[in-house]
Amino acid sequence: MPYQLTWFIFVLPVVAFAAIGLVLRPFFNHRPNWSAYATIASIGAAFVLSAWTLITVMGRPDHQLPVEPLQWLVIGGFEIRVGLLVDSLTAIMLVLVTGVSFLVQIYSQGYMKGDPGYPRYFAWMALFTANMLGLVMADNLVFMYVFWEGVGLCSYLLIGFWFHRPSAANAAKKAFLVTRLGDFGFLAGILALYATGKTFDIATLREMAVVGTLAGAGLTWAAIGIFAGAAGKSAQFPLHTWLPDAMEGPTPVSSLIHAATMVAAGVFLVARTFPLFVVSEQSLQVVAGIGAFTAIFAASMGLVANDVKRVMAYSTVSQLGYMMLALGAGGLLYHSGEGPTRELLEEAAALGISIGMFHLFNHAFFKCLLFLGSGSVNHATGTFDMRYMGGLRKFMPITTVTFVIAGLSLAGIWPLAGFWSKDEILAASFRYGGFWFYLAMASVFMTAFYVFRAIFLTFGGEYRGGDPHQHHSAHAGSQEGEHAGPHESDRLMTVPMIVLAVLSVGSGWINLTGGFSRFLGDHVEQRSVVEGLFGIFKDPLPWTALIIASLGIFLAYSMYSRKWISAEAVGRAFKPVYTILNRKYYMDEFYEGFIVKSAMLNGIFRGSQEFDRGVVDGAANGIGKGFILMGRVFRRLQTGQLQGYAVSIAIGIVAILLAFYLWH
Amino acid sequence: MSVGLNHYLILSAILFSIGLYGALGRRNAIVVLMSIELMLNAANIALIAFSRYVASAQLAGQAFALFVIIVAAAEAVVALAIIMTVYRSRKTVEVDRINLLKW
Repeated sequence: MPYQLTWFIFVLPVVAFAAIGLVLRPFFNHRPNWSAYATIASIGAAFVLSAWTLITVMGRPDHQLPVEPLQWLVIGGFEIRVGLLVDSLTAIMLVLVTGVSFLVQIYSQGYMKGDPGYPRYFAWMALFTANMLGLVMADNLVFMYVFWEGVGLCSYLLIGFWFHRPSAANAAKKAFLVTRLGDFGFLAGILALYATGKTFDIATLREMAVVGTLAGAGLTWAAIGIFAGAAGKSAQFPLHTWLPDAMEGPTPVSSLIHAATMVAAGVFLVARTFPLFVVSEQSLQVVAGIGAFTAIFAASMGLVANDVKRVMAYSTVSQLGYMMLALGAGGLLYHSGEGPTRELLEEAAALGISIGMFHLFNHAFFKCLLFLGSGSVNHATGTFDMRYMGGLRKFMPITTVTFVIAGLSLAGIWPLAGFWSKDEILAASFRYGGFWFYLAMASVFMTAFYVFRAIFLTFGGEYRGGDPHQHHSAHAGSQEGEHAGPHESDRLMTVPMIVLAVLSVGSGWINLTGGFSRFLGDHVEQRSVVEGLFGIFKDPLPWTALIIASLGIFLAYSMYSRKWISAEAVGRAFKPVYTILNRKYYMDEFYEGFIVKSAMLNGIFRGSQEFDRGVVDGAANGIGKGFILMGRVFRRLQTGQLQGYAVSIAIGIVAILLAFYLWH
Repeated sequence: MSVGLNHYLILSAILFSIGLYGALGRRNAIVVLMSIELMLNAANIALIAFSRYVASAQLAGQAFALFVIIVAAAEAVVALAIIMTVYRSRKTVEVDRINLLKW
């Protein structure tokens, strides 16, 4: 029975959302802080419960909590039950989501100070957290899909939080529509699975995949459909275009939703249903291929972006690609041609999940921190454009130090968190062999380069004066008064950043002994901490990755700090490449100009419009016109002359009387 | 020859027909109004005749005739007032020329 407590992890933020929306916002709008406290308290409590859940799950031999399901919908023999699937994967996500969300909410108090939409912001943040928690705990695909759309909705609401700015409103619409495209695949995948497996239950479906009840092309297509949903949410190529635009939202939103949690939901979804993928080699190829391609594709666009948040957005897309690659390559490692046995399949699934989730876990902390750092910088300078920053290390020591730590972690420098998970991904793709490994390695170089380009442009050199157009400040809070120069953010913002910096350093160490992998079911041998920390250097691969990352950092240093190499000269020398990267490979133009305008607008929509106008409207208007014509004839009878009417009545009565007498 | 029910009814019918003709055929609003009074009185005669010859113990028919007279008086007041106002603004009481709201 105490396991039913896990429901509260989900219910608490819902309560906070309802309380803010129904009580605090309408009646206590003059005390906006209360809304923040409600959200923070509920998520804090959810975090405590999540930690308890994690500890309990770790203590149980099967790594799973038996939580009784509830009946939700019964139609004849068809029933949808609402239950929680709390296993090791869920427990990790619970702690991650509540923990990061908690820190981001605290930070938001400082960042959103003075914004007129303060309670609305926290209401939606609470709703988002609730949906995200529901998503990771749901035990069947329909329930999961509901929350899947729920986080999409919250993402839409929060990207468009400053909806009076047309760019934000458009970005919100774009995010919603592009992810919906992927969700269509997810829904189709769910229905395909139901058609063959006759159940929505995730655990049952995984079991069916492993024992071979589900197999063949149908399963492959269902898995690819699910992956399409994941690609939409996790901004994988070719559905990645919404995430950079989503940076129009408040920075803590980008940090929580578009870096740490919601975009990771796609990776989580693939991990959750991973046995379905493992059975079919083609779907694993798709996952790994798209992941590897997205990793380098997004990283290359990050090389030239000038908006610090956009650099981070491309970085997020790229890192999510890494996670997909980790899942795919990990699963493929064990894939052999002759009928894979159940043990092999389970092992492959566990390997892919543990590598992918490990990177997801580490990435959440350092990427969240990079975004919070960007927000802090924005508060100081009033802009996100790195060309107007510079020299901030003198004004903002805490932001600088935490940002650099996160950057090093992202670049994969030993012994920070990012190194450990990236190393495992590289190792898995290397062992599988082939082209993807080189893509991943090239992305390592690019990642190191762009993140340190951002660091040197933002914090190095001399201050370049902040926002050039003061009236167009990116944030309401930074408009208050004229500050003499940039200054460190207040403690509400720096403390969460410091906590995240500590996690960015240390979160990778949980797998030093192999504990994280074993918790997720992967059979790695027990190591000592020291061996885990240094034993990695017996291999040449980590050395190579480290050297490549250092080269990237060095190149950024020589271009943007020392200026040995002129960035402008490089840009001129590679003008066509620079232009293509800067225009984001013309993907937006392609989607809007070709697909939306030519194919949809002028093709399908025009045709539908003609049909509507000619056939549907034609029928309706034709009937109407007929009656109007009839009316024109009959209205002659209505003269308005009362005496005329009376004559008709009299004649009528006489006629009736005559008929009456003649009848008898 | 004594006067019986039929004589009254024939009188009533003749009066009613004259009234009906006047109401339908004349244009002058005053005449139309008078014709309507004629029809009401024709009805009164019929009511009282029936009351006297068919159910002489009951006075319901005669009482009803009194009501008709009252209604007729009230109606004449209202109708004459309307005709007065119409005449003031239109300078006519010809009913077929009072056609502002007709198409």
